[in-house]
Amino acid sequence: MLRLNQVSAQYNMLNGYVKAVDRVHFDVKKNEIFGIAGESGCGKSTLLKVMYDLISYPLEISHGSVEIHSQDKNGQTRIHTNGNIHQSWWKVISYVPQGAMHVMNPVARIKDQFFDAISKYHDKKDKKELQAEITRYLQELELPPEVLKAYPHQLSGGMRQRVLIALATFLHPDIVLADEPTTALDVVVQRGILTMLSAVQKKMKNSMVIVSHDMGVHYQITNRMGIMYAGQMIEVGPTEQIFNNPQHPYTKMLIHALPKVGDNSQKEGIPGTPPSLREPPKGCRFAARCPHAMELCRISDPARVTVGEDHYASCHLLDYGIGGGNQGAAYLTN
Amino acid sequence: MKNWNLRLKIGVFVIAIFLILGFILPLFNSGNPMEWGTYPKNLKPSAAHWFGTTNLGQDTFWLLAKSIQNSFIIGLIVAFFATVIGAILGLLAGFKGGFLDRLITLLTDSFIVIPSLPILILLGTMLKGRASLLYIAIILIIFNWPWPARQLRAMALSLREREFISTALFSGMGTLKIIVKEIFPFVAGWSIANFVNTILVAIGSESGLAVIGMSSNEKATLGTMIYWANQHQAMLAGRWWWIGSPVIAIALIFIALFLTMTGYQQYSALRRGK
Amino acid sequence: MRPILQINDVSRTFKLGGMFFGKKIAAVDQVAIELPGDKPQIMSIVGESGSGKTTLAKLILRLLDPSSGNIVLDGVPLSAYGKREKRKEFLKKVQPIFQNPFTSFSARKTVDTYLFETALNLDVAANKKEALAVVTDVLKSVGLEYAHIKGKYPNQFSGGELQRISIARALIPKPSLIVADEPVAMIDASLRMNIVNLFKKLKDEYNVNFIYITHDLSTAYYVSDYIATMYKGNLIEFGHARNILNNPSHPYTELLLDSIPRVGKKWAEDVLQPDFENKQENEAGCKFAGRCPYAKEVCHSVQPYMVHLDAEHKVLCMKHNDYQTGNMAYVHHNKNHSDSKDNSRSISG
Repeated sequence: MLRLNQVSAQYNMLNGYVKAVDRVHFDVKKNEIFGIAGESGCGKSTLLKVMYDLISYPLEISHGSVEIHSQDKNGQTRIHTNGNIHQSWWKVISYVPQGAMHVMNPVARIKDQFFDAISKYHDKKDKKELQAEITRYLQELELPPEVLKAYPHQLSGGMRQRVLIALATFLHPDIVLADEPTTALDVVVQRGILTMLSAVQKKMKNSMVIVSHDMGVHYQITNRMGIMYAGQMIEVGPTEQIFNNPQHPYTKMLIHALPKVGDNSQKEGIPGTPPSLREPPKGCRFAARCPHAMELCRISDPARVTVGEDHYASCHLLDYGIGGGNQGAAYLTN
Repeated sequence: MKNWNLRLKIGVFVIAIFLILGFILPLFNSGNPMEWGTYPKNLKPSAAHWFGTTNLGQDTFWLLAKSIQNSFIIGLIVAFFATVIGAILGLLAGFKGGFLDRLITLLTDSFIVIPSLPILILLGTMLKGRASLLYIAIILIIFNWPWPARQLRAMALSLREREFISTALFSGMGTLKIIVKEIFPFVAGWSIANFVNTILVAIGSESGLAVIGMSSNEKATLGTMIYWANQHQAMLAGRWWWIGSPVIAIALIFIALFLTMTGYQQYSALRRGK
Repeated sequence: MRPILQINDVSRTFKLGGMFFGKKIAAVDQVAIELPGDKPQIMSIVGESGSGKTTLAKLILRLLDPSSGNIVLDGVPLSAYGKREKRKEFLKKVQPIFQNPFTSFSARKTVDTYLFETALNLDVAANKKEALAVVTDVLKSVGLEYAHIKGKYPNQFSGGELQRISIARALIPKPSLIVADEPVAMIDASLRMNIVNLFKKLKDEYNVNFIYITHDLSTAYYVSDYIATMYKGNLIEFGHARNILNNPSHPYTELLLDSIPRVGKKWAEDVLQPDFENKQENEAGCKFAGRCPYAKEVCHSVQPYMVHLDAEHKVLCMKHNDYQTGNMAYVHHNKNHSDSKDNSRSISG
């Protein structure tokens, strides 16, 4: 499992800091798929990098820590903290970055890309044996073993993404991070990728973190999810709860902004744009776009409130019980 | 200027010195430094003649200044026309494609393949050192426009696939306007580097020809200065100022031009990164 | 009332590979569509990547020429615009919106230059002052203030804003047709509706037809009057949006609908993974037969033909004609609608 303790991260630009992640605090439990949703620029990709300990200038952690609790072969629990996590890449935690399928080495065959990535973490040093194992694994995932001989450009985008997921999960890591795994892919291919991720997780019973701006994706395959806005995680809880009983006004607007086939009602996108993370506004960062903003919202940053079983949201409307529980939801959902 | 890297600064600084030497200082000198017999021969450097005099009775220093001037003039003229012609033809070929492209590419490739030095020597022998600098310049232009043409054609080929070119087309902009306003800003930096490089090549070619007596021997260029110095065994006679100054001048100019070119490339790459 | 757009059996082939051993691929294969011209319409062309929808868009925009067939816009065939002088006429009638708002404009120019250029070059304004009025107006229609975009470069805007500016530029010559190629694909899901709603509004305000190319059925359903589905170069279904999405006739349309990650309904667990690259395609027969749950023997050997389910709904699938082959090219199946519509104009296809 993965734990973030009040983590804040920022980019050190020459003329100031961009505070991309602000006091994010949650756990990713064992045997679950955790989704992170939010618009572009909300910090979700940075958050993933922080989880993966991919911290290099100008990105730095300014506060808090990341912990990974993993079981090794003997059932012993080992704790990795940020700064040391990179020693366990691929084995304990793996990462499929956004657009990874576009930046695969164009002059290396897929099997060589596998070897490059994992051979030093794997016990079997003999290439032939390793290849046999990889082939077996690909077949398990219903991928044709011929892809090993191919170059990336010979495969379609969807196939490349599947190969990358196979690569990321081959060593059975405890945690798999995927940043926008289906963006820019067609719906049919997207469904294939998401089903594959889901199937892999069910088989390995590990944890996955999926970042996507598409709420539909989260509904389909995640167990729990967190909503990010302007660097903060403003709501987190079980996926069903988030969709059936959203508490934060932003979450509500995100859900209502999605068109549904068969639904003729007028859909509105969210007006305005997120605030700059260089100089985040005082108080609640969503206040400027929130239809329910009060004076208090512009002055003080809302604290996290428990709104249900394992369900938290940060909003002043919830502090006073105005929005708590189902009656509140009805009022705000109008 | 503050973002210039060290190379660029050094390169430009040295070129500036030479330009002053070649264009500003001669304004203070009356008379024709090429004329033979103006002064007593082979004087050592002194207050009156900073670099001494040559075996032909010329003041070495002023001769050098005039040579620098002519070499630069050739370099600049050749570079200017070669770059401009190359840019226009290259961008047209790349952007328009089709028959025009094939025609221009045929021309470009033909000229690249023909080795320029033998042709120049051939011409030189036919004209026996009486060729005017103009002819030399024209020949050099003809042999130097294909290089920028090729590069710019490649850049235009890739740029024209960009979506903003389609947007420009649908905004009603004509071909020429698109080339100038949309494509050229991207290739401008490249063209400047090309320009500087062509100066280097032109001066080098002319000097190379001149040293073997194939250039215009009556005129003072760095190459012809070396030629005449050689003809009069300046090296054997130990007249270092006469033979040495143009050689060192050429070497320094080359180095400075090269530093300017690469320094500029680094500078513009950094700027793009921002 | 004549149709605003007629795509008459248009095909476009590309040759892959070298001069002697190249293979011909039909990116667009015998597509025939008619878009009625009685009032402004929004037609979506939906399909996966490789379906040919972008090639079809380029054919309509005259960025490519058809290998066979022709396209007629408001009675005038596109080939008539081939001459230089006529080119401007074409630009006044058809305008594009591209997928990536950040590459639609040169990073080195301010975005308002494009707006002014369009206004001046396409005879919408005679001088800078008039152009300013036109530009301000058209920006207002897309929800932007001129003062907000004046003198700024593309990197100073968000994707959504840039896309609006693209739309504004396309509106300046008051074209009959705007072809938008995946205009919201690069915009966050939660912000897409802002742009898509604009299309609806502008259709009525500016009396302009939109062709909306996408792989996102949800937004297609929401905004379109007509939907055309494409698969591997073929037009496989065409009709009113509501009809198609409530009663999808082609198995591929069904598959597309099923694959949308919907909120409120989870996917069935047991779905066959369809899209493995089948390098060897069946030359004969229906291109979709390999993935089709309804495919029969005949589907693999005989090319399907267009079956008209009613006056404005046609589908390229033999299932709707009981898998019969032979001279059954023009069959009308009046499933839900009476014969009141004028059938004569939609026999083609």
